[in-house]
Amino acid sequence: MEALQTLRLALVFSIFVHLSLLARSSSLSSSELRIVNAERRIDLSSHIVRVYLTLKVENTGTSPASEILLAFPPTQVDHIALVKAAVPVGKKKKKSYLPLDVKSAEVPEGPNGAKYFSILLLNPLSAGGSVTVEVLYMLTHSLEPFPLEISQSESQLVYYHDSAIILSPYHIKQQITFIKTPSTKVESFTNVESTDRAGTEIKYGPYEDRTPYSYSPIIIHFENNNPFAVVEELVREVEISHWGSLQITESYKLVHAGARHKGIFSRVEYQSRPSISGVSSFKLLLARLPPRVHSVYYRDEIGNISSSHLRTDSKKSELEIEPRYPLFGGWKATFIIGYGLPLQDFLFESSDGRRYLNFSFGCPLADTVVDKLTIKVVLPEGSKSPSAVVPFPVEQHLETKYSYLDVVGRTVVVLEKKNVVPDHNSPFQVYYNFNPIFMLAEPLMLASVFFFFFLACVAYLHVDLSIRK
Amino acid sequence: MQGKVEGGVKSSSQCGLKSDLSSNNTSFFSSSLSLKSLKLKTKQQALLIRVTILGLVYVLAFISRLFSVLRYESMIHEFDPYFNYRTTLFLTEKGFYEFWNWFDSESWYPLGRIIGGTLYPGLMVTAALIYWAIKFLRFSVHIREVCVLTAPFFASNTTIVAYLFGKELWDSGAGLVAAALIAICPGYISRSVAGSYDNEGVAIFALLLTFYLFVKAVNTGSLAWALASAFGYFYMVSAWGGYVFIINLIPLYVLVLLITGRYSMRLYIAYNCMYVLGMLLAMQIRFVGFQHVQSGEHMAAMGVFFLMQVFYFLDWVKHLLNDPKLFQAFLRITVTFAVGVGAVALGVGTASGYISPWTGRFYSLLDPTYAKDHIPIIASVSEHQPTAWSSFMFDFHILLFLFPAGLYFCFKKLSDATIFIVMYGLTSMYFAGVMVRLILVATPAVCLISAIAVSATIKNLTQLVRAKSKVAHSGAGKGTSSAKASSKASLDQSLPFQRNSAIALLLGAFYLLSRYATHCTWVTSEAYSSPSIVLAARGAHGNRVIFDDYREAYFWLRQNTPPDAKVMSWWDYGYQITAMGNRTVIVDNNTWNNTHIATVGRAMSSYEDEAYEIMRSLDVDYVLVVFGGVTGYSSDDINKFLWMVRIGGGVFPVIKEPDYLVNGEYRVDKGAAPKMLNCLMYKLSYYRFGELTTEYGKPPGYDRARGVEIGNKDVKLEYLEEAFTTSNWIVRIYKVKPPNNRW
Repeated sequence: MEALQTLRLALVFSIFVHLSLLARSSSLSSSELRIVNAERRIDLSSHIVRVYLTLKVENTGTSPASEILLAFPPTQVDHIALVKAAVPVGKKKKKSYLPLDVKSAEVPEGPNGAKYFSILLLNPLSAGGSVTVEVLYMLTHSLEPFPLEISQSESQLVYYHDSAIILSPYHIKQQITFIKTPSTKVESFTNVESTDRAGTEIKYGPYEDRTPYSYSPIIIHFENNNPFAVVEELVREVEISHWGSLQITESYKLVHAGARHKGIFSRVEYQSRPSISGVSSFKLLLARLPPRVHSVYYRDEIGNISSSHLRTDSKKSELEIEPRYPLFGGWKATFIIGYGLPLQDFLFESSDGRRYLNFSFGCPLADTVVDKLTIKVVLPEGSKSPSAVVPFPVEQHLETKYSYLDVVGRTVVVLEKKNVVPDHNSPFQVYYNFNPIFMLAEPLMLASVFFFFFLACVAYLHVDLSIRK
Repeated sequence: MQGKVEGGVKSSSQCGLKSDLSSNNTSFFSSSLSLKSLKLKTKQQALLIRVTILGLVYVLAFISRLFSVLRYESMIHEFDPYFNYRTTLFLTEKGFYEFWNWFDSESWYPLGRIIGGTLYPGLMVTAALIYWAIKFLRFSVHIREVCVLTAPFFASNTTIVAYLFGKELWDSGAGLVAAALIAICPGYISRSVAGSYDNEGVAIFALLLTFYLFVKAVNTGSLAWALASAFGYFYMVSAWGGYVFIINLIPLYVLVLLITGRYSMRLYIAYNCMYVLGMLLAMQIRFVGFQHVQSGEHMAAMGVFFLMQVFYFLDWVKHLLNDPKLFQAFLRITVTFAVGVGAVALGVGTASGYISPWTGRFYSLLDPTYAKDHIPIIASVSEHQPTAWSSFMFDFHILLFLFPAGLYFCFKKLSDATIFIVMYGLTSMYFAGVMVRLILVATPAVCLISAIAVSATIKNLTQLVRAKSKVAHSGAGKGTSSAKASSKASLDQSLPFQRNSAIALLLGAFYLLSRYATHCTWVTSEAYSSPSIVLAARGAHGNRVIFDDYREAYFWLRQNTPPDAKVMSWWDYGYQITAMGNRTVIVDNNTWNNTHIATVGRAMSSYEDEAYEIMRSLDVDYVLVVFGGVTGYSSDDINKFLWMVRIGGGVFPVIKEPDYLVNGEYRVDKGAAPKMLNCLMYKLSYYRFGELTTEYGKPPGYDRARGVEIGNKDVKLEYLEEAFTTSNWIVRIYKVKPPNNRW
């Protein structure tokens, strides 16, 4: 019965959604945009694919347009970690960028399940006007190792799939694509019309007058020995103590997501011929921590890991960590990094009397992808009405945690996000109400326990409880 | 006043660091109190000082065991503690009932091990209770920290028991000295530093507590104390197999008291209550169960129990009879009869198998050469070797000289209690001589007896010093009555320099005790505080180099092998692999199945193809060997290898020790025996080692642990492949290849 009901509900809901989308899309298609010039630069040098897109958009329609759509093939859209857009303002010398809002958009009429992001322009583009938009998007897990398994002495080769022609819902008058590979070792690449390769760069284009949704699949097979460091799961716990410190505990599940290691691991080879043995493996990671960090530790389930170095200066702290063993393809390592920070650098009072924590989102490890990031902000006991402000969509919920001498437990704000890249390291805020009197609860509790203990001792020494005299 | 003087002396001599504090304390108290005209009575002063000293000793015993945490980290040490840690973790996660019924399929593959029925749960339950109590009080502490600090905590408690015991034996002064001595005695510290989470850590506390309570029961004849000692015994049984020592020493003691004509109602009550209740309680521990009434080791206690009844009966008859002659005849008949019945019962019991014979371990205690000839697995453990003189000196230092002196004082003032401590001291000293690790059991006795010596000597000397000064004072002051005083100090006149020599002797005693404190601190920090998982060495520039290879390998196993992988290694590393690597092992440190261990020993000492057959039959996926040739780490598998051969050869006669030796000499260089150069252990240890230059100016393949160039540099593996080698080559892991396709 219940299943049937939910089914009916879902049906009603989906119809409703369709109707509303239809209404919306009709308003979208009313604008007639055209891309005059498009330049795309794909950077394949690390395992995070960065695509820089420069679009010059022209409005050929009659009504002003307020948004520009970007289309992605469905295979790519799952791997998109981040889409950023900006409008350059000013002349060459004083060029600066104004960021634009980017949202994922639902357009039902896209062919072959193409997915969209829409860029909201600051000022609607008037009829006949044109604007230049810079777009950056990042793809994770988009380099597919082939061969899937390599031995210690081989280097890692990967595939990258894309289209030679930019997928777009608009007509593109002129376009060109540059693909940058990490080295000159390119096994193969798809040769379509006007393809050119020079050094570490492969050029597709220029192409003239392509109709909307033109697509020309290409595959590039090239060597990429950069560390494919992927954190499958990262839990960052930020514990606020109003006694003056911020304690951060980060537990990592790290994996080398490149081509799997096959066969033997020979220490002799690894030690004596580092240039050709295990080139795709990595043994060192760099974590960028905030300045004035103290009591740093690096350990795992079975104890302290002694191979780490900390360099601090007034601007930043750098923690160089080595997992217990070098990571070859498919090898895993779990570990925990913990550190303390001075509270005054991160906790502030807002104008309305609420307190807020200003801390950076994302993973401190350089050049890693985090598949699932959970940030837990543990507020002090007695805090009320917490709310989080994050610059991008995240899942949120509240938990309760019991720590030292807690009676009612501490409120924990949990933020979860999937597919996080280093560019997500922007600050977020957690606002809450806190009455400073709660700071005294625990010391008073301890003091009273000792007081009663000594009182009991005194009473015991002075009161005669014996039955016989 | 006695207590005060002695107390000050002790704390200043033993506590080293603490001495300033305690003397400050006393001066502070005396000055402030005298100022306020709120003068404490002498008795109260003594109590205050005693409590202060005990408190300081309590803290000292704890903190002097924290060297390892400061030098390394808060971690579990060595081998057995890892098993205890793993089981404690299981207990806290799954609860007691699951723990009690735990069948562990991760060890002794494919046999498995019934953990709930084959361990002494006392330690784990204690740690879990402490953990739960701390958690209840809302302290968020990891269970590992609790486990690490359990042993120091119990060592602190032991000092309190030592104080009470010393007080019971001699006086409170001796008790204080005993507490201070045992707090830092290296013989005890060796097994109770932070991180050595082993049964012995709590067992010594339980042992001393049981003895103390029993002596108290004998002294008072109180049922309550006897009951308490039965519970102490129960705790001991739950914690350590060494309880057998208690259940044999106490009957022996009772027997000695009976023989020396010290039989009393007090003894009767104490022993009967303790034995009967203790036995019933001990049988509740699954690992002991009916052994307590059936095995040979426990028969002495039962025999003495019946003997006590006979004695009581005879006493009663004697009381009824009033005729010495008739009683003599009756006595003769009864004793003959009782002994006869006992002998027959023992004979029948043994013959029918109802009473199990003594175990090998017990035999090897009575006859030190037994294990060497019959049970190589016991003899192979380094802590089961007979003790060298140097380690006695190392572990006891001045106590070794004070021990006989204390015995002298005990004999001078013979009582039920001193007879007990004398017997405890002598028997445990014998056992300490048989096995290195039993020094631990002797330590409390040695400390107590030495404390008696120290306390009695210093008391005598201070009395002399003080009596003389009194005489001088009174002589000067009164004049006429000096004759009386001089008669009182008639001894003084016979020895003119007595006071001076007494002062000199006192100074000498303080010097000795301070040397003891220095020695103990040095030994603790240098010798007994390394976790043996992490190795530390001095680098070329004097910096500290850490070899963390064990954990590197175990963590690699944990992360990068299939969860059901079976790892074959020598049994020493079994507990660590299951606890840190979380993988199934073939054999581990619970050496209950000799054949299984011998099979592994045989595989290690066979040629590769033969070993492959054995490994296939045991479903082995990975083989782990420990190799010190690169770092010069000497306790590696090559140096243990002869024991593998011996243990393997003990069960499988195909393996013959002489095949691995050349003219009775064990070597790995060019002159080594051909079988040695091609056996699995050699191949796995030295695989591709011949390509490596370990030391400047030496040929490649130079083994630093043995100081030779290896004999077989061209090691080829056919059935195994190198899976992982740690950064300093200490642990090497090989994967067993699947069998070749037939087509």
